[in-house]
Amino acid sequence: MYPISDPNQLKEIARQIRLDIVEMLYRAGSGHVGGSLSATDVLVALFFSHMHLEPGNACYPERDFFVLSKGHAAPALYAILARLGYFPREELSTLRRFGSHLQGHPDSKCTPGVEVATGSLGQGLSVANGLALALKLNRRGQRVYALLGDGEIQEGQIWEAAMTASHYSLDNLTAILDRNRLQIDGRTKEVMSVEPLAAKWEAFGWHTAQVDGHSIPDILEALKACGGIIGRPSIIIAHTTKGKGVSIFEDNVKFHGVTPTTEEYQQAVRELQLR
Amino acid sequence: MGALPETVQVPVKESTRVEYGKILAQLGEEYPDIVVLDADLSGSTQTARFAKIFKDRFFNVGIAEQDMMGTAAGLALGGKIPFASTFAIFATGRAWEQIRQTIAYGSLNVKIVASHGGITVGEDGGSHQSVEDLALMRVLPNMVVLVPADGPETRAMVRWAVTYQGPVYIRTSRIPFPVIHDDSHIFKLGRGHLLREGDDVTLAGIGLMVHECLAAAELLAQKGVSARVLNLSCLKPLDWELVVDSARRTGCLVTAEEHSATGGLGSAVSEVLTEFYPVPQLRVGIRDTFGMSGKPEELLKHFGLTPEDIAKAALKAMARKARS
Repeated sequence: MYPISDPNQLKEIARQIRLDIVEMLYRAGSGHVGGSLSATDVLVALFFSHMHLEPGNACYPERDFFVLSKGHAAPALYAILARLGYFPREELSTLRRFGSHLQGHPDSKCTPGVEVATGSLGQGLSVANGLALALKLNRRGQRVYALLGDGEIQEGQIWEAAMTASHYSLDNLTAILDRNRLQIDGRTKEVMSVEPLAAKWEAFGWHTAQVDGHSIPDILEALKACGGIIGRPSIIIAHTTKGKGVSIFEDNVKFHGVTPTTEEYQQAVRELQLR
Repeated sequence: MGALPETVQVPVKESTRVEYGKILAQLGEEYPDIVVLDADLSGSTQTARFAKIFKDRFFNVGIAEQDMMGTAAGLALGGKIPFASTFAIFATGRAWEQIRQTIAYGSLNVKIVASHGGITVGEDGGSHQSVEDLALMRVLPNMVVLVPADGPETRAMVRWAVTYQGPVYIRTSRIPFPVIHDDSHIFKLGRGHLLREGDDVTLAGIGLMVHECLAAAELLAQKGVSARVLNLSCLKPLDWELVVDSARRTGCLVTAEEHSATGGLGSAVSEVLTEFYPVPQLRVGIRDTFGMSGKPEELLKHFGLTPEDIAKAALKAMARKARS
């Protein structure tokens, strides 16, 4: 039954999604494992429990909208869309291949359920704002969700969009920040500090919440609370671990964009099967 | 019956940016889904005319062109018909990658209408004069690129853009141009216009330079040269049939644009001629340099964009034709 409210069932789905991600990336031989695994629990909470969707129907007119602004987490999104029936699960093994529906970064023309083409960082929040404005103009009750990376918010456009969302009182928008503390070149605090995070978003006029980004019940509670905020946009800072779920990937900057070797892959599958 | 009194014809001039602002406000009544975005230049781009009437459908994003393009993309995804306006250099330069990634890549229904194209921006100087926008937009897949030559053409293009599904870039200008098209003018995608028949040379212009080409044809006529004049206002997709047909008839060609001679109309025509019907071609345009402050007429003279410059290029092209 959809949506799913049982936390244990959601946890089990997240485990299976992580297995899918590891499998996809191992087969593809390239792609972003760390940021896909850090965002998995947030995405499972959104897609399997919180957002208003008709699973498998990308054109459902009453749907909530989702923008994967951190487009490199595409494998996590694809694994979820496949399980929800937007396209056959067998296609997951074609990730990044020539002619695949599953491009390296999300392409709305190729993949059912992908609303916006992303991949160049910093652009998704502006698009989410535009969607939220359109919904307000049309007096529709649907909501817009956007997932941002913590390195991504170093892009100036994010802060332009942060002003716009606040200026236009976009209370039908919830952003989630995947705060996994790593980016390609190292720790965010060493590459380019983004703290104080909550204070920044609050100063820009946003309702700001912080959660354990791997606790699905906590994520769901925060998402629900954001739905009740009137007159301003919301952001949930989800504290996560990059590579979550596989010990050798966790908090390891190497696994931002490097895929596992055969041994690492086998260990990852073993660990995820035991969880 | 006595002879009718002679009347002196004063050419009517209209500004393409003002005509954009007027038609947009008018189309706002007809199409409730039109929304307009601006980045703090609504007086100059003329979107203020729409904003005044349709307050709830106008979004000023402040001085944030990148965010404006993304917001426009989101509004298009939400079923709206967004028009996003600012100066040409900020629209296409500052926000180029946003246009590429979010609008052109996804083929979203966003209309970018940018004012202050070219050097006739004048006194503001090189920082504000876009001589690169046509090249920047022409290279993007899915993007339609248009430059109206007068008021009727502006109105026709904007009206057409509303019903076309996909991204469109329209460049308007700061200074007014003479009116050369009928008020009933209808825009057709991929179609250029033959404005004057001629056998010796083709002068192909865009925007302001269409008028300079017409004036050049007059100068050439005084020397016994018959010039064919084209308005290639639809830069992409280009009317290659008209270009090839003109090349075949006249055997040589001059392009003229208020833009870099690299990447805009001159390049587009050259690409067509090289592949389909090579003839001598000369490009009148800005030669690998930036603009500067000055009066529009001073700048046009300085950068070699006058009817005299076009006529000179035409004679040169004809000489090459004679040699080949």
